[in-house]
Amino acid sequence: MEKKDHIISILVYNKPDVLARIAGTLGGKGYNIDSLCVNTTTQKDISKIVMTTCGSQATVTRIENQLQRLVDVISVEDLTNVESIHREMVLVRLNWTAQNTEAVKNAIDANKWKIVVSGDAFVIIEITGDKTQIDFALARLEPHGIADVTRTGLVALKLED
Amino acid sequence: MKLKGTQVLLEVLKEEQVEIIFGYPGGAVLDIYDELYKSDFKHILVRHEQGAVHAADGYARATGKVGVCLVTSGPGATNTVTGIATANMDSIPLVVFTGQVPTGLIGNDAFQECDITGITRPCTKHNFLVRNIEELATTIKEAFHIARSGRPGPVLVDLPKNVMAAQIDYDPAAVRIRNHEALYKPAPKKMANVLEMLTRAQKPLIMTGGGVILGRAAEELTRLARRYRVPVTGTLMGLGSFPGSDPLWLGMLGMHGTYYANMAVSTCDLLLAVGVRFDDRVTGTIDTFAPNAKIVHIDIDPSSINKNVTVDLPIIGDTKAALTDLLRFLEEHHYEPDDAARQNWLAEIDDWREKVPLTYCQNGEVIKPQFVIQTLHKLTGGDALITTEVGQNQMWTAQFFGFDRPNSFITSGGLGTMGFGLPAAIGVKSAFPDRQVVDIAGDGSIQMNIQELATAAQYNIAVKVVLLNNGYLGMVRQWQELFYEKRYSHTDMTYAPDFVKLAEAFGVAGLRATKPGEVADVLRQGLAMDKPVLMDFRVSREECVYPMVHPGESISQMALGTREMIN
Ligand SMILES: Cc1cc2nc3c(=O)[nH]c(=O)nc-3n(C[C@H](O)[C@H](O)[C@H](O)COP(=O)(O)OP(=O)(O)OC[C@H]3O[C@@H](n4cnc5c(N)ncnc54)[C@H](O)[C@@H]3O)c2cc1C
Ligand SMILES: Cc1ncc(C[n+]2csc(CCOP(=O)(O)OP(=O)(O)O)c2C)c(N)n1
Ligand SMILES: [Mg+2]
Repeated sequence: MEKKDHIISILVYNKPDVLARIAGTLGGKGYNIDSLCVNTTTQKDISKIVMTTCGSQATVTRIENQLQRLVDVISVEDLTNVESIHREMVLVRLNWTAQNTEAVKNAIDANKWKIVVSGDAFVIIEITGDKTQIDFALARLEPHGIADVTRTGLVALKLED
Repeated sequence: MKLKGTQVLLEVLKEEQVEIIFGYPGGAVLDIYDELYKSDFKHILVRHEQGAVHAADGYARATGKVGVCLVTSGPGATNTVTGIATANMDSIPLVVFTGQVPTGLIGNDAFQECDITGITRPCTKHNFLVRNIEELATTIKEAFHIARSGRPGPVLVDLPKNVMAAQIDYDPAAVRIRNHEALYKPAPKKMANVLEMLTRAQKPLIMTGGGVILGRAAEELTRLARRYRVPVTGTLMGLGSFPGSDPLWLGMLGMHGTYYANMAVSTCDLLLAVGVRFDDRVTGTIDTFAPNAKIVHIDIDPSSINKNVTVDLPIIGDTKAALTDLLRFLEEHHYEPDDAARQNWLAEIDDWREKVPLTYCQNGEVIKPQFVIQTLHKLTGGDALITTEVGQNQMWTAQFFGFDRPNSFITSGGLGTMGFGLPAAIGVKSAFPDRQVVDIAGDGSIQMNIQELATAAQYNIAVKVVLLNNGYLGMVRQWQELFYEKRYSHTDMTYAPDFVKLAEAFGVAGLRATKPGEVADVLRQGLAMDKPVLMDFRVSREECVYPMVHPGESISQMALGTREMIN
């Protein structure tokens, strides 16, 4: 069956080991987690986890069923075919050099990226967007010497319930 | 009411109607044991924590209630892991209490500290570390609820010492727990689908499994099969959910199932699979499993559906509820099977049954293990609660005992844990002191938890061990014979204790039979004794379990064994 990326949104009770249970269940059964984002919701005892994984529809259904079995999991939803928006964020640190200053500043302006810190020696850039936009940004900055980078997992939100 | 944590524990156990605890003390649970000392709770002191869990498991399988154990932290807790994994694979409801070091020391490599919730996360239905006394009562209540609801399973509760020593104003009425049971109501449309499939089918077959026993649905399943004359086969875990003496019964299917059951599955055009999970021991190669059949699958756990076998009509729900709905629906819609078609189908099955019956050959001066099991069946009138160890002894029991009632065959199916049978029998006998409880054992397996004979002796728990002593790790030897050109690498168990003397050393009666003529007498004598007995049957050393589906084969391609077994 055809494999593709799936975005799975999971509501869980905010217990100390709930993340270990989810990671353990999927890891133990041989499923991959490609990215993961976790935080509390407006209800402090409930957290939302957004996870991406790659697999066939049958595999993803199995993943959903396995997650649904966990006592601390409230609901599981595959957002892949649901109208929803997707965002990731990346922080990039670049060291200024005589060669890259001009080009990097131009790229930041052109793409409306945000400068978080800028010093004499380096700059930290914040970029938010969907997966393609982040991939594009990193490809764009790569030739100018990225010193360090941190990329979040994907977050997603449905347009309506 | 001001209570200590230890007192809250016992209060909640009382509320949960716990009758018996299997356990073993140690530093982290000294306070709890002190509280037990002052109470009138029934506690069985096992000789190894693995034994405690299997005993609680046997109790749970025989009664349908939640089994309870109590052990100390560290090594006490880690010793429970095999038992917990065994229960988890077969969906058995247990609550296992482990002691833990005080919360302030957790994470410090304190004496006898171990992260038992971390270790058992993958082999429990759920587990808890109780962090403070405020959550103690709720957590214990929730543990029982989770263990027994939906698809049952073991739940572990880790109890730090300081939490158990703390005090609280305990008000049972104030304890509220979350309901974890997802309720699925099978839609009427699904029942209409089943009716339509049944009407169309020429060769319907029911496959019953552990979920029918766990869901207490044996009566409904039996009614369905008998009312509409549908033949029935079952998994290892489903044995007893349909009477083994009924002409519609085909025996177990799968690797060591009967030829006729496997042929029926391979030929049927409708398979009603009830409370089964299509284990690979059952299906053989997946793409040749029930190749001509539409499959209806009733299961409470959505993750069991389409996991191994793709089905045509999944019905997510409790076996009892779903079968009750189905029976009512078929009655209301005046379903009657096509007599001629059904007659042909049953005749086709009888031909297979006649061609390759389930049989063995008791001749000569060597005891055949199957003969011991059949004689046991005869002498008990089939009315015994049977546990097994793992291996050939287990398969022969499944083939030859002929279970008529649910909850009477108690075996480790999913994990296949050697050493399960004896402690499990102790658990069963504790629940049913007036019933005959027999562990059909192998000489390898029995040595894995033989220490529990001391437990049986101490409390005079009169379990009977029927040891099929072949001097081999027989099941493994069989594979070496068939697939490794008889290179018996490390499966010879001839070096073994004298089991009769060993039994006597434990304070248990020991008997022995070495000839076929002695089998009935030894059994009669052993069964009659009002104390634990180990009966050592010296059986044919290289007997194989047949028929057999070789690994990687379709279940329609069975190796049938020796010529004398085929008509
Ligand atoms: C040496 C050895 C050889 C074996 N050979 C064979 C063999 O030849 N044939 C064979 O059949 N087995 C054999 N087994 C056993 C096998 O490994 C499995 O344990 C067994 O087949 C599983 O049985 P089951 O499908 O009934 O599932 P179980 O493990 O009993 O699972 C029960 C199913 O029912 C569901 N369920 C639970 N409660 C309910 C409810 N209330 N309502 C609805 N559904 C519910 C569960 O979700 C689950 O899907 C062997 C084991 C060993 C150790
Ligand atoms: C704890 C454990 N270790 C190893 C095995 C692998 N195993 C399965 S059957 C078997 C042989 C069992 O021998 P015995 O108890 O003598 O039974 P027999 O097959 O001879 O009847 C072994 C070693 C197992 N199932 N469980
Ligand atoms: Mg043996």
